[in-house]
Order: sequence, then structure tokens, then C-alpha cells
Amino acid sequence: MPLDFYLNATLSGALTGLVYGLMALGLSVIFGVVRVVNFAHGEMMTAAMYVAILLAAALGLDPLVAMFPIGALMFVAGYLLQRTLINPFIVRPEHTQFMLMVAVAIILVNAQLLIFGPNARNVQVEYALDSYAIGEIIIDKVRVYAALAALAVAAALFAFFRFTLTGKAIRACADNHLGAQVVGLNVKQLYAITFGIGAACVGAAGCMLLLLVDVTPVQGPGYTLLAFIIVIVGGMGSLTGALVAGLVIGVSEALGGLLILPSAKSMATFAILILVLLFRPEGLLGRRA
Amino acid sequence: MQNPTTGRMRSRRRILKAAAASAALSGVGFPAIVRGQSALNVGVLLPVSGPQAFIGQSCKRGADIAAEALGALGYKVPLKLMHADTETNVDVARSRAEKLINDGAHVLVGPFDSGAAAAIAQVAEQKGVPFVINIAAAPQITEQGYKYVFRNFPTARDIVGDGLALIGDLFRATNTAPRTAVFMHVTDTFGQAMRKGIGAALPKLDFLPFKVVETISYDLAARDLSVEIAKAKATRADFMLLVSRLNDAILLRREIVKQRWNMMGIVSPGSPGMYEEQYYKTLGPLANYAISNVPWYDPKAALTAVVDKAFTKRFPKDKLMFHALNVGYTFESLLIVADAFRRAQSTDANALTQAIRATDIKTRMMIGGPIKFNAKGQVEGNRSACVQNLNQRPTVVLPAASAEAKPVFPWPHYKSA
Amino acid sequence: MRPLLEGIPRRSLAALAAAGAALLAAPAVADPYVLSVLILCLYFAYVGQAWNIMMGFAGQLSLGHSLYVGVGAYASALLFVKFGVNPWFGALAAIAVCTALGLVIGVLAFRFGIAGVYFAILTIAFAEFTRIGFDHWQWAGASGGLFLPVAYRETSDVLTLRGSPTMFYYVMLAFAAGALVLCRMLLVSRLGYYWRAIREDETAAEALGINAFGYKMAAVALSSALTALGGVFFAFYYNNLFPEQIFSMGRSIEIILGPIIGGIGTLIGPIVGAFLLTPLADSLSELMAWLGIDTPGVKHVFYGTCLLAVVVFLPNGVWPPIARRLGLDAERARRR
Repeated sequence: MPLDFYLNATLSGALTGLVYGLMALGLSVIFGVVRVVNFAHGEMMTAAMYVAILLAAALGLDPLVAMFPIGALMFVAGYLLQRTLINPFIVRPEHTQFMLMVAVAIILVNAQLLIFGPNARNVQVEYALDSYAIGEIIIDKVRVYAALAALAVAAALFAFFRFTLTGKAIRACADNHLGAQVVGLNVKQLYAITFGIGAACVGAAGCMLLLLVDVTPVQGPGYTLLAFIIVIVGGMGSLTGALVAGLVIGVSEALGGLLILPSAKSMATFAILILVLLFRPEGLLGRRA
Repeated sequence: MQNPTTGRMRSRRRILKAAAASAALSGVGFPAIVRGQSALNVGVLLPVSGPQAFIGQSCKRGADIAAEALGALGYKVPLKLMHADTETNVDVARSRAEKLINDGAHVLVGPFDSGAAAAIAQVAEQKGVPFVINIAAAPQITEQGYKYVFRNFPTARDIVGDGLALIGDLFRATNTAPRTAVFMHVTDTFGQAMRKGIGAALPKLDFLPFKVVETISYDLAARDLSVEIAKAKATRADFMLLVSRLNDAILLRREIVKQRWNMMGIVSPGSPGMYEEQYYKTLGPLANYAISNVPWYDPKAALTAVVDKAFTKRFPKDKLMFHALNVGYTFESLLIVADAFRRAQSTDANALTQAIRATDIKTRMMIGGPIKFNAKGQVEGNRSACVQNLNQRPTVVLPAASAEAKPVFPWPHYKSA
Repeated sequence: MRPLLEGIPRRSLAALAAAGAALLAAPAVADPYVLSVLILCLYFAYVGQAWNIMMGFAGQLSLGHSLYVGVGAYASALLFVKFGVNPWFGALAAIAVCTALGLVIGVLAFRFGIAGVYFAILTIAFAEFTRIGFDHWQWAGASGGLFLPVAYRETSDVLTLRGSPTMFYYVMLAFAAGALVLCRMLLVSRLGYYWRAIREDETAAEALGINAFGYKMAAVALSSALTALGGVFFAFYYNNLFPEQIFSMGRSIEIILGPIIGGIGTLIGPIVGAFLLTPLADSLSELMAWLGIDTPGVKHVFYGTCLLAVVVFLPNGVWPPIARRLGLDAERARRR
């Protein structure tokens, strides 16, 4: 196969990977700070995708525009979820948290099934089928837009954690929970905000992903798993790590599909996860615990 | 075929319909005894939820209109339909089948999917309850030596044989001779069976001008099929042979446009996907020109008109053609059951099984010979039609005897499509 | 025998005996459908018990137990279909293969200090990896599935595992009872105490000279071996195997719901959980039909809500409070 096919696949894999990265970023923020294993992460994303479909149908909103109201909505939802349901579980063992989130996930998946039906849904924007051609390399427009949006949201998030007071306080919580309480930070409030931010992230990622894929309710668990894999590969709590790992997984899926069997392409993902866990358990860009 | 509609018939039909409706709603249905004959409880298993829900719900319409259409055909036998959802899950299919039998089902019908059919067949066999498969193509199901399992649907081998033969006819009819094809298939039970069938049949069919340059399998759960299409495009094949389900067929079609792949067209040697209502709804004009060589109804058959009438009455906003295969075979499976019940005059499992085995229905809706089961419980005469999407609706283009329009191949340049 | 029963109050023994007798007599009164639900209950009680050894006793969260069910099922089924090997010899092979698999995963994980969520995700990854592998393994039927020859309903033969549901019921009952006894033996053994020490605080346990690595490996090996036997049962009871179904993540979660809802680390919890959840799913289907709701999804939303309620209001599972209420909780009291 000629070289440009590999280039093509790599490039489109990388662009998709950036969106995956943003999705995982939300999970990384939640786990890194709140220490809750959000096993309903993918289901939260498909919920956001359905909202985007509704907005597109009702108001004709482009998902890339809709990501702002949806991000806000998801922030509120995440904030409330943490405040009410999850907060008592922070001190409980991981497996109890896991069960809680599995129950939430089951409810979310089936509520979506109930409301939106089992069919694949999507949003057709005007430029959905357009593509850029540079020589032999063809890249579709939506993929480029989605990846750029993902980068922008990620950059905003970095700025938030680096430059704002709340961001700094959240980082302090993540570094030293007890210390944060000692210096008088409202940890409960900060946790809820963090969960909200994580939810907003995955909501925005859902809007971008909607440009690339169709959504069905049963896809939720698959996205949850993917997000966990990316976070672990990138390094739990590392924001750059999540983006980089997203890229790695995106490219590996693309090349895996070309080099081995397409139907076995996610094997590459699992292989990377296993290798990282064994040889660099702190993740590609994570700090040693 | 149609009976003179006497007053009694009409009121009878009203009862049938009301009962069927209430059965569908609550599971409690028919008056147990109608004119001295006890009703036949028919367990209908379909994937009404889960990944295949769309097709399952489409099949269910075949059951919903059965009472009406059977009445019009003069079948004066009380059928009580007991609906169960397999949730597109083999284990649920199994346990629902057990439940239905336990609740008094005399015969089982369903379940669209090969995996579920295999599981239900085990239950039917174990309990000694006849099971009439509406749709499921894996050949193994009727090769296990089962005594109670019947299938009025072609096996993957037959579908492929017919599908490939129709491709030859298509090329002759359009004066084309593509040299190369890329074969893409989904990796589930059905896709696997079709792959085997094609692998076995293709080398023997020397009248086909093309050879398969590459076989690409993909996961049904794949989110994104861009790599798959990139790989297929790289083969520079003249056209695509596709064995798909629904959602993946839609994804593939879009990806072909995005990657600016110009080829002669997509031909399915016999799989769902491209003739489903959802395909047209989602893709709009892009749905056009795709070709599926699938078991289909004869648009010119008398029975089709009867079913069409019942369908339009029950679902005025919908059209039979968008549910053709699903409704057709589901209805025919109930026709087989009603016919056997009429002859058996009994709800006894063995009497029913014998009656089903002796089935010989010559007037039918689907294209093919009479419905007659061989020793394995398989109907051999089912034939496919070449169905092309024209003007965003499935149109029979071959065989010429049933054709509604002429085939278009290769498809026009995608920009104008 | 004595240490096995020591410290269990008489009324608990009586309750256990009564439950056992009821289960033994069940096929005589239960209709076929109830029997099939009971078989499933016993199956989940059994594999839940097996999983509980790893999580409840030794504190290692595995979310990939479908791997052992699947490999166990495929190993015995392939030996039977392709070489005509008797299922019970096939079971030995299945156990050997799964134990080896468990040990490999254990070595990889525990050598590198992988624990908690990381371990859980690693186990999922292995299960998914294997699923995709089996999806493409043509000799084993690939995604097309592996079909075992028909089970005729006239004969019952335990030696070849071919026969009526009643036979399968008693086989599964024997498995579940065996697992219960085995787990009780483990809990009162030295091994059991070491496991719980590791579960509560691994560093402290190691400081006391407990070889945490070795004992964790023992837990994985035992758990995977027992689960493999569950897989063998699955293969011969269901007679058809599909990688998509048997290795799925959902299947792994199904396995662990019972023990978590019933009460992690307890002996009776996994059994209670299985006997609550399996009929719950089925009775919800009935309830939906009775209410005239045939909208897909409603049932599972209900199911999820029930789970949520248990997790929120009964964080230790349903069994411990019931046991306390009934005065059957000596086992817990003694452990404290």
C-alpha cells in the first residue's frame, strides 16, 4: 500500500484521537481530584450527544456551537450529581463507588434507550461530507474542526487550572486533601465544581464526536472503557497525558486497522494499555505515586 | 383467494383484531375458546430492544397484521400471539423462550437473529415444541438433526448462491464487466456464515467476471469506519461486495463520500442494511443506487396485495416496502403456523409438528417455490431478488418477471448522486 | 468437620439445612420455567462465590471474570466437539488453562504493584483482548459461534453432562454447595486470615511477614479455577458459545453484581445476591408485561434504580443486615 495511505490514516486517527483525549481529560480531572471512579463517563457523553441532536433538530444549532450550552448544562448536572449522590461515597472503598456508577450507567443507558430509541442518530451539518485534499492526502473537514475545538477546550482548561484561584485551589485539593482542608478550602464545594468541569469536558467532547460518529445508547460503556484506557495510558491526573494518550490510541487504532485486521483494531488499544501498565504503570506522562 | 366477506366474517375479524391488539398490549388475549376450538398460543420472539431493535420492531409488524391478513385469506383459526423481547441477547432469547413455553405457547416463531435462533432451537428441541424460524441464515441451525425446528428462510449458502447469480444477471443486464471487487463484511454470526458461503461459492462461479482482491472484516460495534474504507479504497477495486447490518451500512456509505472514493457501486450479495427504512431516512439521496440481492416479496403476487392492504390499514403512515423482507417472512411464518393448525385441528405439539412438516403452501408472498420443508426442516425454494434503491425506495430490478424498474449500474458520479 | 462448623449458631445451621433441603426438593415442585431461573440463580451464586474469593477475601477487584467463564467454556467445548473428550476431563483442562491465565495476569499485575482501579482495568483489558481473539479464531468458530451437538431430552447422563434441566440443576447445586463449603474452609484457614489481613492493609500485612504476593496469587488461581468450572457448565448447558456474548464486559459485571449486592466478603452474600437479582430481572419483565408496558428500556431503568438504592442505602450489601436481624451473623461477629 502506498505511503500516503498510512499518512492519511495516521492523520485522521490523530485528529479523532484528540477528541478522545478531551473526553478522557474529563475523566482524568474527576479521578485526579475527586478520586472517584466515574464508570458512567461514556454514558454521560452519549447523554450530551443526544442533547446536541435535540438542539440541532429544534434550533438548527451546529454541535460546535451547541457545545457551549451543553457544556454549561453538563457542568450543572455534574455538580449536582456530585453534591447529592456521589459525595457520601468519596470515603468508601473503590468497589462501592464502582457499583454506584455502574448503577447510574445502567439507568442512563436505558433512559436514553427509552427516550431516543435504539437507532443510531446523528447530526448532519452542511460541511459533513466535505474534505480537504492536499496532494494524495484527503482529510475530512469535520475531523479537523472537531480536533481544533478539542484543542481549544483543553487549552482553556489548562489556563483555568494554572491561572485562576479556583483552579489553583482544586489543584491543591488534588495534591493534599488534608492540607487543603487545613488551610480552609471548601473541599466539598471544590469537588463538586471539579466533577462539574469533568462533566462539561465530556459534554463538549460529545458534541465534537457527534460530527464524526453516530450515537446509539448502547455505545456508552464502550466509551467509558476507552476513556479509562486513555487516562491510564496517559497517566492518571495528567492533563497533557490524556491528550497525548488520546493521540496515541487514535493513531494506533487507525494503523492497527490498516496493518492487521480492521475488526481487530481495538486489540492494539488493549495491547498498549497492557504494555503501559506493565512497564510504565504511572502512565506516559504521569508522576510516580 | 379472498373470501366473500360475510357479516359473520367481519365481526369475527373484528374480534381477531381486537384480541390481537390486546394480546400485544397485555399478554392476555384471545378468548380461550372460539367456536368450540381452543386457540393456538404462538410465542413470537423478536429483538424489539437492543442493537437490532429497529429490525425487530419492523418484523413485529408482520405479526401485528397477521390476524387481519390471515382473516382475509380465510384462515378461520384462532391464533393467540404472545410477544416476547429477546433484547438482541442470546441468553435472554433462551430464557424468554422457556418462559413462553411455560406460559402455554404451543409453537414458537422468530427471532430474526441467527445466534438467538440457535439458542431458542435448543429450548424448542428440549421441550418438544415446534419452532418456526422467520429470519436467520446460519446454516448450522437446520443441520443439528433437530426434530422440532423449521425454517422458511434461505441459509447463508443459498442466499450467497442466489446473490452471486443475480450479480451475474445484473452485469449482463447493464452490459458491465467489473474486474475486481473488495469484500467487506461484519464479524457477527451472520457475517461469518456469509463469508464462508462466499468463500465456498465464488471460485465455482466462473461466469462472474470479477475476482475479490481483498476481504475486509469489521466489528459491528465499530464507532468509526474510516480506516476500513481507506483500506478498501486502497485496493482500487471496481465495486464493493458488502455484507452488513444497518448502522454500519450507513456509516460506510458516508465514509465513501468523505474519502472521495469513486467506484461502480455497492452490491450486497444478501444482507440487511441498505433496504431498511432507516437507511433512506438517514442518508437521503445518498441512499440511492445501492443494490441488495436479498430474499424479497414478489411485488406482483396476489398475496402481497392482501398483506399490503392489511399493513396500510394498520400502519397508515408507513409503507410495506420499507419492511418488505421483515414483514414478509414474519407473516409467512405465521401463515405456516395457521395453516398447520388448521390441518392438525389440535394444539398438541406432535400433531402440530407433523402438520408443519407436511406444509405445502403454493400461494405465497415471497419470491420462490412452494413452502415445503425438507427432512432437515428447511425450505429450499426461497429466491432472492435484486433490489436497488431508486428514488429513495427499494425497487425490484431483477429477476425480470418481478421487476418494477431497470437496474442502474455503475452508479452515477457521487457528486450528482 | 468440627472447625468448619465451629462458631456458627445452631439456628444458622438449621436455616442452612432448611434452605438446602428446599433446594434439593425444588425440581419436584417447580415448573420448568422456574427451574431454569433457579439454575441461573445457582450459576450466578457459584461464579459470584468464586469471584468473591478474589475481591471479598483478598481485596483484588477483578472486572474481567468473563475471561475465565469464556475460556473455560471454550476449552471444554472445543475438546468435546473436536476430539470427543469427555466434559469432565475437558473440565480439568479448562481449569488448568484458566488457572494458568489467572496466574499470568496475577504475576504481571502484582509484580508491578498494580492494584485497585488499575488492576480492574487490566482485567477488563485481558477479557476484551481475548474476546477479539476468539472473534477471529476460525477453528473455534470465530464470531459465528461454536455449537455443541443436540442434547436429547430423553436421557440424562451426568458422566457426559448431557441431559435434562433437572440434571443440570443438581450439577449446579452441587457446584454451588461445594463452593460454599470450600469458601468456608478457606475463611477459617490460615490462608483466609492472611487474605483478610492483606485486604485490610497490605503494607501492614507484609510488615508482619505475610507474603502478600504469594497469597494474592493463590486467591487469583483459586478464583479463576472455580470460575472455569462455571464456564464448563455454561458450555454444556447452553450448547452454543459466542465470543461476543460470553466474554463481554456486561457479563463480567453480571457476575459481580450478586456478591456486591448480597454482601462482599461474606459467605452467604453471593448466594443471596444471585437469588435476588436473577429473579428480579425476570419478574420485572413480567411486571412490565402485566402493566402493559412494552417500551424497551423501562425494565432496565427499574433494575438500575434497584441497584442504586441498594448501593446507597445498604453499602455492605443486603445480607449483613438481614443476618443481624435474624440472629444469624455469628460469622461476622467472630470476624470483628
